Amino acid sequence: MSDLLYGEIENDLRASVREVLGDRAPWASVLAGTERDEPCDAALWRTVAGELGCAGLPVPEELGGAGATWRETAVVMEELGRSAAPVPFLSSAVIATAALLAAGERELLAGLAAGERIAVLAVPFSAAPGDVRTTVEAADGTLTGEVTSVADGMAAEVLLVPAGDGLYAVDAADARRTAATSLDMTRRLADLAFSAAPARRVAEGTGAVRAALRTGAALLASEQLGLAERCLDDTVAYVKTRYQFGRPVGSYQGLKHRLADLWTSITQARAVARHAASCVAADDADTPIAVAVAQAHCSAVAVKAAEECVQMHGGIGFTWEHPAHLFLKRAKADAIALGTPDRHRAALASLVDLPPA
Amino acid sequence: MSTAPPDADELSRRAGEFLAAHDPAATEPLEFLRARFDAGLAWVHYPEGLGGLGAPRHLQPAVDRRFAEAGAPTNHPERNGIGLGMAAPTILAFGTEEQKRRFLRPLWTGEELWCQLFSEPGAGSDLAALATRAVRDGDAWTVNGQKVWTSMAHEARWAILVTRTDPGVPKHRGMTYFVCDMTAPGVEVRPLRQITGEAEFNEVFLTDVRIPDEHRLGEVGQGWRVSTTTLMNERVAIGGSAAPRESGMIGVVAALWRDRPELRTPGLHDALLRAWVETEAARLTGARLRQQLTAGEPGPEGSGAKLAFAKLNQEVSGLELELLGEEGLRYDDWTMRRPTEVDFTRRSPGYRYLRAKGNSIEGGTSEILRNIIAERVLGLPGEIRVDKDVAWKDLPR
Ligand SMILES: Cc1cc2nc3c(=O)[nH]c(=O)nc-3n(C[C@H](O)[C@H](O)[C@H](O)COP(=O)(O)OP(=O)(O)OC[C@H]3O[C@@H](n4cnc5c(N)ncnc54)[C@H](O)[C@@H]3O)c2cc1C
Repeated sequence: MSDLLYGEIENDLRASVREVLGDRAPWASVLAGTERDEPCDAALWRTVAGELGCAGLPVPEELGGAGATWRETAVVMEELGRSAAPVPFLSSAVIATAALLAAGERELLAGLAAGERIAVLAVPFSAAPGDVRTTVEAADGTLTGEVTSVADGMAAEVLLVPAGDGLYAVDAADARRTAATSLDMTRRLADLAFSAAPARRVAEGTGAVRAALRTGAALLASEQLGLAERCLDDTVAYVKTRYQFGRPVGSYQGLKHRLADLWTSITQARAVARHAASCVAADDADTPIAVAVAQAHCSAVAVKAAEECVQMHGGIGFTWEHPAHLFLKRAKADAIALGTPDRHRAALASLVDLPPA
Repeated sequence: MSTAPPDADELSRRAGEFLAAHDPAATEPLEFLRARFDAGLAWVHYPEGLGGLGAPRHLQPAVDRRFAEAGAPTNHPERNGIGLGMAAPTILAFGTEEQKRRFLRPLWTGEELWCQLFSEPGAGSDLAALATRAVRDGDAWTVNGQKVWTSMAHEARWAILVTRTDPGVPKHRGMTYFVCDMTAPGVEVRPLRQITGEAEFNEVFLTDVRIPDEHRLGEVGQGWRVSTTTLMNERVAIGGSAAPRESGMIGVVAALWRDRPELRTPGLHDALLRAWVETEAARLTGARLRQQLTAGEPGPEGSGAKLAFAKLNQEVSGLELELLGEEGLRYDDWTMRRPTEVDFTRRSPGYRYLRAKGNSIEGGTSEILRNIIAERVLGLPGEIRVDKDVAWKDLPR
């Protein structure tokens, strides 16, 4: 059984990330950022990825990283989930980094690990770990085709594009990019088009893409956990202070029991997310099952937490000037991202030999 | 005494040595179990001399696995859940040195089974309302009252018992906790038939039962505190089990799904996969709870695990009946039996479905557990209390 607790280093890391995000990404500024026409919060990204060294956590020291593991990275994901901070951490520091690690591509990796460059894997954000079909053709060192709904596609400097017989790196300036209006205002999507864009092959076959999507799905569970915890914390604090009928609304059993159920689901999400992160960190044989379970489970918990947060805040929870909607949008988008719960259950069915009807 | 507690390697070495010295195939089971207890390999987190070695608690499953793989005799935990899960940790926490030495070994080996005399006709969820009276009489106490829903009382040698010793103070303060000899004169056990047709639990009538003062657990008036320890451990025992993946109820249904393709439908496939995921989440949560408990005593967190367990067992056992279709219409046996163990997997699907209904009632109802989580974990306001400062004797009943 993997270690499902947090170590001292992880607790310290959490504390410093939380402090920085508390200062630099309070929800009011996250909300204000959604009104601006910027693909992400670049200054915050430099702090989290570069100064705090979070982007290089899973990268071995000889490749320019910190030589920690995906477990520590998962703690950063939890904190980013708590704040819904608009930084391309999942797309660049997790998914693209995992692809480059699998490809053994040193030069790009060092830039990513240092937080100096942003790269994204050019697949729809909804792609599940097994989805390796590609809509881009490779010929004579150039790429042609289109990819839609790429997370942080506008923020990226390097696009890692699955095409033909492998994975290619393309300079973002050589692609035509269109920003999409995204359900999750804090993680924006872009549509990409390539017409004979110069490309360099960084990996053969589909292994790197599979590894990247699987690692992304595993760590997304930690983001969902952090988001759910944030929603629960905010809601508990609110129902203690909001009075109706002469009592705090949190003294009504109808709400207390739902919050207790939510807490119970979140304790489960924590065990499941830690297990998934530990499995990818150790490249455990259990990883595919752990990831499918984590996504099927944590997606639902995060959405439930955000929905309960909106509901238990009443009218305030429905207003733009309250953070609940930032989390609801992120939670619902996360549930679709990297495979819906249904897709993950279908994957699980074959992994554990429970064939369909 | 300053030696470090044994780690996983050390425990594995000791288990290996023990098994080499006591061939499971050639040793008489009871002798084997007693020796295992004396070697500190029974519950490894207990102190030396009391069945353990002061090791971290989460190392227990590996030791148990090791013994199981070697074909060691078991102490039949399915027959003594209350002894192992509740009585033992309570005795460890509150017992005198003498009590620990007297009770823990035969409890662990299964020589002496235990039951729990807590609930009464008028006091279930509101345990502290109980009315069974214990009156001091020299070196002993005289106990009168009625308990109900007492699982396995017909098998038990000993009971953990909570009584009222001072009716003149508010209810939580006037209780005292005892170990009760089930063979003592005045203890009468009557079967109480239940939803499954059989009588796993009982009514227990206590008439002028004499309990020596040395069988008191904790101080006079401290019965609520001692009971709380029992209840917290009960929830961890129910929800924090170390079962392997796809065991228990989900294992039964998954096997059925694989073996009987003709029963499959798309809707049930989806329901089965959802339950499989939830079961796996509950299993990992139990594992995390055990890792967390390495040092401390269980807190209210165990309530979440128990809550989830009850919900799942009910869901999955219901799913099994639907999957079986016509066969699900049949039941194995309504005979009024008095079982000696609770084993879901060895009985019929109908039994599983019905017995699972008890999971959200026994050991604290799901509603009470939600109150505990809401108030003690989340810090939400308590229920409006009309009984807090009133002497027990003046409460409406
Ligand atoms: C299979 C089984 C085995 C058992 N074994 C034992 C045993 O070995 N020893 C023993 O001592 N007892 C045993 N019990 C008894 C069990 O502990 C009690 O049944 C349980 O605590 C509930 O008490 P009650 O039955 O009096 O229900 P009540 O307390 O009367 O509850 C009735 C309903 O009201 C709800 N309710 C009560 N209070 C509140 C509240 N404050 N807020 C919200 N809802 C509330 C309950 O959740 C329940 O739905 C067993 C029960 C079962 C089913």
